[in-house]
Amino acid sequence: MKIAVIVFPGSNCDVDLYEALHTVCHADVEYVSHKQESLAGFDAVMLPGGFSYGDYLRSGAIARFSNIMPAIIQFANEGKFVFGTCNGFQILTEAGLLPGALKRNDSLKFICKTVKLEVVNNQTAFTTHYQPGEHIELPIAHADGSFYAEKSVLEKLEKNGQIVFRYAGENPNGSLNDIAGITNERGNVLGMMPHPERAVEALLGNEDGLPLFRSLLANVKKEEEAAR
Amino acid sequence: MIATEMSSQEIKEQKPYLEWGLSEKEYDYICEKLLKRLPNYTETGLFAVMWSEHCSYKKSKPVLREFPSKNERVLQGPGEGAGIVDIGDGQAVVFKAESHNHPSAVEPYEGAATGVGGIIRDIFSMGARPIAALDSLHFGEINQARTKYLINEVVAGIGGYGNCMGIPTVGGEMTFDECYTGNPLVNAMCVGLMEQKDMQVGRAQGIGNAVMYVGAKTGRDGIHGATFASADFSDEKETQRSAVQVGDPFMEKLLMEACLELTNKHASWLVGIQDMGAAGLVSSSCEMASKAGSGLELILDNVPQREPEMSAYEIMLSESQERMLLCIRAGFEENVKRLFENYGLEAVVIGRVVTGQQYLLKHKGRTVADIPVSSLTDDVLEETSQEKVPERILEAQRNQNWAPQISDVADTLKKILQQPTIASKKMFTQTYDSQVRTNTVVGPGSDAAVLRVRGTKKALAMTTDGNGRFVYLDPKIGGKMAVIEAAANLIASGALPLAVTDCLNYGDPNDPEIYWELHQSVLGMAEACRTLDTPVISGNVSLYNENNGEAIYPTPMIGMVGLINNLKNIIPSFVQHQDDLVFIVGRTRADFAGSELQKLLTGDIGGSLNEVNLKEIELRMTKLLRAMEKGLVESAHDLSEGGLAVALAETTFGTKYGLNIKTTLSGEELFSETAGRFVVTVAPEKKQQFLAEMEDEAVYVGQVTEDKQLKIAYRNGQFGLDLEAAEGLWEEAIPCLMKSKD
Amino acid sequence: MTNVRIFVTYKESVFDPQGETITEAIHSLGHDEVKRVQVGKFFDVQVDTNQKDVKETVAEISEQLLVNFNLETYRYEIMEEA
Repeated sequence: MKIAVIVFPGSNCDVDLYEALHTVCHADVEYVSHKQESLAGFDAVMLPGGFSYGDYLRSGAIARFSNIMPAIIQFANEGKFVFGTCNGFQILTEAGLLPGALKRNDSLKFICKTVKLEVVNNQTAFTTHYQPGEHIELPIAHADGSFYAEKSVLEKLEKNGQIVFRYAGENPNGSLNDIAGITNERGNVLGMMPHPERAVEALLGNEDGLPLFRSLLANVKKEEEAAR
Repeated sequence: MIATEMSSQEIKEQKPYLEWGLSEKEYDYICEKLLKRLPNYTETGLFAVMWSEHCSYKKSKPVLREFPSKNERVLQGPGEGAGIVDIGDGQAVVFKAESHNHPSAVEPYEGAATGVGGIIRDIFSMGARPIAALDSLHFGEINQARTKYLINEVVAGIGGYGNCMGIPTVGGEMTFDECYTGNPLVNAMCVGLMEQKDMQVGRAQGIGNAVMYVGAKTGRDGIHGATFASADFSDEKETQRSAVQVGDPFMEKLLMEACLELTNKHASWLVGIQDMGAAGLVSSSCEMASKAGSGLELILDNVPQREPEMSAYEIMLSESQERMLLCIRAGFEENVKRLFENYGLEAVVIGRVVTGQQYLLKHKGRTVADIPVSSLTDDVLEETSQEKVPERILEAQRNQNWAPQISDVADTLKKILQQPTIASKKMFTQTYDSQVRTNTVVGPGSDAAVLRVRGTKKALAMTTDGNGRFVYLDPKIGGKMAVIEAAANLIASGALPLAVTDCLNYGDPNDPEIYWELHQSVLGMAEACRTLDTPVISGNVSLYNENNGEAIYPTPMIGMVGLINNLKNIIPSFVQHQDDLVFIVGRTRADFAGSELQKLLTGDIGGSLNEVNLKEIELRMTKLLRAMEKGLVESAHDLSEGGLAVALAETTFGTKYGLNIKTTLSGEELFSETAGRFVVTVAPEKKQQFLAEMEDEAVYVGQVTEDKQLKIAYRNGQFGLDLEAAEGLWEEAIPCLMKSKD
Repeated sequence: MTNVRIFVTYKESVFDPQGETITEAIHSLGHDEVKRVQVGKFFDVQVDTNQKDVKETVAEISEQLLVNFNLETYRYEIMEEA
């Protein structure tokens, strides 16, 4: 089993994802440059937070045209697991792998703090290690995290169980329906604004992100075994 | 806008250099003693910026020599991009602070952002990866629209740059006093981590080696920024206030990654590397040549330019951001080009190290400068300045100090908690990404920030501190207190203080009273640094912080970094368990001059400061640190603005606990600001051991309770305070002021 | 060469917090006559019209890059021949 962490020029949470998977979860992880064109040999792909290409136009807008993107789209279309946090989520929506868009926070400011979340759907490959409806806390750190989609899209997300994480309590950015993280219809692509990779060590005060990585690794393994 | 440049003769007659900050005496000295001819337009410009206070420290140098700058841990002291200190295991911590006061007063967002960008470049130019940023901000009172605008924009600029770079902004300080209204202070500090084997220096040597330019293109922005930083503000000179640069953190992120790959993986290609900061290309190139005693030839046509028709003068003096200068071993130029290309950046050979010691600039086929390198960097006329004790100091010594009288201690505490300097800064600090790179164990809002060193058991603690009020009342004692305060913040976190970086923010040094403040405060800081064995390894001086002739409080900022040898010994600043015992470490005196209490009750500060006993405080801190390392301390918080009463309340904020305290201090003394004190909690079973370790330094005053009440019985009364309500007041005070309409 | 200015704004139904904040600021200056402010951005683009029809170019770059149709819409003005 091998996991890819994609590195765009302005990625800055790539190390955090790598360390969470490698040092904490002991997974086999490799950085993959945005200049690469293939994801052959990888079983899951992680898109880190940051400012992919400076994000001067719109967060994640230019990353969609990078060399690696067609491979990521193909990877997702094959049903393999793709995960994006923060800027990674923005890129996934810009690339059309997830519905909706992320706009400027209602406060117009960058916000870095820990927020309360509800695990709305624990049946996805990314959340099986959480309890149904579990309340957890994860850090957020973004300026453009206000989820927006048209009404019909929101209804579909609700109906299909695609809303995986919801802000519980305060909605920090104005996201519609308190949405913090969603999957695609097939459930193999997850995007979320909070940073689970920042919450995997007791030393840093929070381990609520660990079940996400453990779920993913367990489910990748399950797929692998099923394929054999 | 290409200027028709004056001839050498016209320069002599029309004296444009006066406007660029060069005096007539200096100009004559250059003509008669250094060049033995008249300098041309470009050369005059080079002298003007290189001889500005910002680049040459000509006024402050005699005073800066007072600072200790060495001990067995210091690997690199002042004079390079940043100082370096050994932290064991072949690793080193690199840090420096820099002021960006003047640019921030003019264009606060970009001024603050480029301040952060500049200090980050200083760190990675040493071969270190930046791991954290801190700031020290001083503004006017939050009662004017302009001040609110400045605060919002400066905070946004700091966050905007650091957040995009992926360098966590982990701590800092923010104070508010009227004297900063027209001239806010924006000081930024960056801390980096490196392997000692990757250490780099800013040197250009080896004849034939290439001088390469990397990063953003050169434009006309920020020309004469260094000179501009060496002059004071007045409302009439609005037009002069145009020299501000715009930052591009994405470009800097690319530049950082490329430079780190070069320094850490291809050191054999590299001779030297330096940031193009103040005074841009001229300062970086001639400093690199000067440090190696080399000659340099630059072909300015090769400098990547953003605007057409730039003159040699403009190219050399531009302060465009996100640029670095490299000296590359001949033969490796193409390798370096390819490395930078891989990051989408251009690396261009713009010159060579040449025989001799001349600084040669060529542009459009002409030699536009041909002067000795050392004339720019070493021959500046050091100035001896007049000093005079200000009348306010003499008067304060003649008068009795103010003695407070409080009728309602609880009400006073509530009011003090809402003073902006003391109130929660969360609304600002939560706009900074304080966690990126997942090393932040303790972030903003504590005594010091603490970051673990990945792959080791070690952690680094860091803080910035500057209290202009004390320095204003007594520069020497205030200087000592600034160092003590920074050290106390580190000790409270469980860290051994290692070394210091500073930003010396003062008014116009030509005013003998201000120069006296500078001199005395440096003497005080130097003495404290020697006592604590924390050498000053880097720093910067910012003079002329005045607005319409009114100087700021003399405000030296101390940035200090400390080492925690074991992650287990990181001490939180908040109380941890019910029934833990509360101790006060250090004696409380009647220190009310310059206190928050004095400002609250009288609206101003005044009086004279009591001397601080450095040796006594150093011994106390050593004992406390030893007790911490033995696992005897559950939490510790240093006592600063607002004294014991504020510190006690703060240690409970964010927790579910309260405190039950009984002390022999008077109600007024609860707010005394005696330096070098701590409030410490200890598990009941460790009481005897802790007291034995602290000898007579710790006094038991009460315990941690579960009821969210602060109950204090003092010598002449008692009170109870609902801590949830108090915390609400403390948290809401600044958001409320920021929102209010004036 | 033709200069084109492409305006990108939020769709009508999308909440525009920047616009709201600026409206409030304008009101605090006493300009109650200002009823609404919408914030957008514009791109000044120089197009070589010898290569391709300018309208086609504008439509393509807007749809591919400049506009996120989940949120935004655009219009453009052909400024002048440069």
